Amino acid sequence: MSRLIDVENLTLQFDTDEGRITAVDDVSFSLEAGEVMGLVGESGSGKSVTAKSLMKLNPRNAVYGPDTKITLHLDDGPVDVMSLQSDTEMKIVRGGAISLIFQEPMASFAPAISIGEQMVEQLMIHTSFSKAQAKEVSVEMLDRVGISDPSTRFGQYAFELSGGMRQRAMIAMALSTKPRLLIADEPTTALDVTIQAQVIDLMKDLVSEFGMGIIFITHDLGVIAQTADKVAVMYLGKLVEQGTVRDVIRRPAHPYTRGLLAALPTLDDIDAPLTPIPGDIPSPLERPSGCVYHTRCQEVMGSRCAAEVPRFSRVDSDHAAACHLHDPQGDAS
Amino acid sequence: MSDKPLITAQNLSVHYPLRGSLLGPKPYVGAVENVSIEITPGSFFGLVGESGSGKTTLGRAMLRAAPISKGDVLFDDGEVAYSLKNLGKKELKDYRTRAQLIFQDPYAALSPRMTVRDIIAEPLEVMGLTNSRAETDERVREIAAKCRLNVEHLRRFPHAFSGGQRQRISIARALVSAPKFIVADESVAALDVSIQADVLNLLKAIQQDMGLTFLFISHDLSVVAHVCDHVAVMYLGRLVETAPTRTLFSTPRHPYTQALLSAIPSLDPDDRGKAQKLEGEIPSPTNPPPGCKFQTRCPMAIDRCRVEEPALESAGPEHHVACHRWKELAV
Repeated sequence: MSRLIDVENLTLQFDTDEGRITAVDDVSFSLEAGEVMGLVGESGSGKSVTAKSLMKLNPRNAVYGPDTKITLHLDDGPVDVMSLQSDTEMKIVRGGAISLIFQEPMASFAPAISIGEQMVEQLMIHTSFSKAQAKEVSVEMLDRVGISDPSTRFGQYAFELSGGMRQRAMIAMALSTKPRLLIADEPTTALDVTIQAQVIDLMKDLVSEFGMGIIFITHDLGVIAQTADKVAVMYLGKLVEQGTVRDVIRRPAHPYTRGLLAALPTLDDIDAPLTPIPGDIPSPLERPSGCVYHTRCQEVMGSRCAAEVPRFSRVDSDHAAACHLHDPQGDAS
Repeated sequence: MSDKPLITAQNLSVHYPLRGSLLGPKPYVGAVENVSIEITPGSFFGLVGESGSGKTTLGRAMLRAAPISKGDVLFDDGEVAYSLKNLGKKELKDYRTRAQLIFQDPYAALSPRMTVRDIIAEPLEVMGLTNSRAETDERVREIAAKCRLNVEHLRRFPHAFSGGQRQRISIARALVSAPKFIVADESVAALDVSIQADVLNLLKAIQQDMGLTFLFISHDLSVVAHVCDHVAVMYLGRLVETAPTRTLFSTPRHPYTQALLSAIPSLDPDDRGKAQKLEGEIPSPTNPPPGCKFQTRCPMAIDRCRVEEPALESAGPEHHVACHRWKELAV
């Protein structure tokens, strides 16, 4: 496998009337081609904003930290995403090397333009296809994602398709430009379980066929367990744990990940009590000092957690957590 | 469970009219068709199904918030006995104090212009259940405390609260009239898992504390498995299987229930690809298939399923299933 993207020290703040809000704080990760990374966290953890930063797709009041470095490794050499300025330059990344699938497919298609027209439009922007070629490719893609009678569907509008069908069309559209990286932001959350299972299968097939990397954003750890190779867990803009899917789910190292798993109802043991994480996620305007999770953490260790930002420490060869529990150095003195 | 049921749906159908031609029979959508369920007092009854299965409509019909086209819903809490189909205006008003609904989206369900105190007090004032403002305040404080909201919270507006806190406000409002029966329609679906666990635990605690009976509508089978004692599965307006929770999850008999259970993503990363996959999607209720409604997606369908609609049969104690082939499949 070859390296697809490196994200280093991604920090993102938003200028608002109430002051500057930190949405993403010093996040680093990388992804290989053909690899699926699950990005997990509660609402407000900054997972969507992180993913959108990879194409600088954040509103104008977004301020990136000076140390932020995002490198996309394409066939023609590395691209420094942060240095891209104009919309023309951004085209290499947005919809070109990176495609995005949203949660709500109804809101992501223009309602008054047919599905096919929208697919052709973006193909013509990003490729050198003629209109006829673009149409041919689009119909082919619709067929590939399991939409029956694709040439009829091509001419239909979003409202004429069911939820599962729309999400398939969204995937077809996102993949028709053959992106290197696909960002899927809660792609199955709005779907019923039986349809979710179909869409997950489809996405798995497509990864192996196209060999692209996927960043799969979800709050559903079950979906992560079934799709991802590795997992990154976020809390309040911070990456708190990273590792292979087996390590993180079977041997969670960060108290937050453990809390998430304990709160999850599973069918394996229906008598197990559900243990909520105490308290609510703090407002981004009042980010706790030290470890951002210390206000809700069950395993707080004295004053250190409130004072010192934990570093990432290795728990296993491919598994790391940002928690003082795994970095006892400070206690040695 | 030999208790007399608190609420019973008897061959209940809910039809919505469709625009049709002037001649011939009036077309309609059968959102709920011939559904019978009994909910005993103090139980946590789960109702599951995909979107379009009619679970919300059934829940609303049991609150008399959807039209009852055929059959009836009977309510009997020992103080009053109502047939919801023939309810006078005064009785309906009384029924509203005894049966309440908790909505799905705590962001949409609370008026942004009212304080939390006013939101919770509104049902008391509208229904005229209290005689003085002092009495209302006391009742509001009491119920708020049960839902872990403090006096300070009561003065604020909903925008100041997180999703979990808002859902606790919605619960307090539903409980303030001291109802006997609560319909919770996807009440935790919009919440994060850590908060969801908190709200589920709260619902359970309140149920035991106040002796409530719940109809818990959800698409999430793992949640239902954890909180409900009895589960009914719906598909395209029909009841396909109903059983005590343990029985349903250990020995599901209907192919649809089996498929639903196996479609839940397992937390075990080495369990991939074992799921039994359903093809296709739920048909439109305006044009339901003949015979068994599930036959278009059922891997077990035979010719009989395409012409004859299966009736509910007993498959064990309190376990009912509507499938022509469940006996063969059970072996």
